[in-house]
Amino acid sequence: MHNVYSYILVMALVTYAIRVLPLTLIRRRIESSFLRSFLYYVPFATLAAMTFPAIFMGDGISIWAAAAGFLTALILAYRGKSLLVVAASACGAALMVQLMINVIQ
Amino acid sequence: MNKGKGFIDGLRDGIPICMGYLAVSFAFGIAASEKGLSTIQAVVMSFTNVTSAGQYASLDSIRDNVSLLEMALLQLIINLRYLLMSTALTQKLDQKTSILHRMGIAYGVTDEIFAMSVLVKGQLSPFYSYGLIAVSLAGWTFGTFLGAFAGQVLPTLVIACLGLAIYGMFIAIIIPPARERKSVMAVVAASMLLSLVLTFLPEDFRLSSGMRIIVITLIVSAAAAFLAPIPDEDKEGRDA
Repeated sequence: MHNVYSYILVMALVTYAIRVLPLTLIRRRIESSFLRSFLYYVPFATLAAMTFPAIFMGDGISIWAAAAGFLTALILAYRGKSLLVVAASACGAALMVQLMINVIQ
Repeated sequence: MNKGKGFIDGLRDGIPICMGYLAVSFAFGIAASEKGLSTIQAVVMSFTNVTSAGQYASLDSIRDNVSLLEMALLQLIINLRYLLMSTALTQKLDQKTSILHRMGIAYGVTDEIFAMSVLVKGQLSPFYSYGLIAVSLAGWTFGTFLGAFAGQVLPTLVIACLGLAIYGMFIAIIIPPARERKSVMAVVAASMLLSLVLTFLPEDFRLSSGMRIIVITLIVSAAAAFLAPIPDEDKEGRDA
């Protein structure tokens, strides 16, 4: 049986190495237009892939409640609302729909 | 760059991240205590790792008592996207930024802090990063504590809905730039579609969630960079 703290240490070391190596080793401007564009697109691709369809697959919440949260977030984000407003409204919309479903059933 | 002002600006801009992290790490704290971690273990993990996906994925592995090597590989794959984000951040820094500052910034490379940092106009000040990191990490750590310590008393319905907070945050980060730039919108749509397809592949071909995200990121970003390169001196432009 491994100690939980040895897991935490390994996790922290690996994760920090991933973060610190590029930042300390790459000190110059990347000239390649392809690489610069590639790096520009990375966060959008990653976060989009992490969001969908995972948002519909949470435990204890119906697909309709998740859809309400998803749509709410999309609309509010499109209107330029802040991180907090978008996140809180998504949770609230999902909660309301899930409560209605629970009452009906 | 004024150090104090940079730090204060970072603190201020980090408040929404902090609030979002409170909700997300609260859910993590609950999950950690359900999987058998003590409150202090969950808090130490959050403070030293600062990664939502990696920490979530670790819980099952710890419960299953996997080898340390397998844990290292799991974290490497799930968190590989930070390699790309850190590389992108090097391009926002003054080339003369010292190695200590670089090591400091590296501690706080998360999806949300990264997104906030690359959207800064002009060069990124390390002190702005420290402000962002300080306030975000406070939320991440304190939320973990609350979830692990007191989460069990909340109704499961509320906990399930809180789980949407992280996705709401992601959406709030990617949608405004997608509105400004068609190629970003295409990247978001293509990534979601590909993610849907890969998630529902037949069992034998299915990838782990970390691997799926890496594959999609590489394919879609490379295709977009090839088809719609970003004009060089025009990171904020709207013509693409």
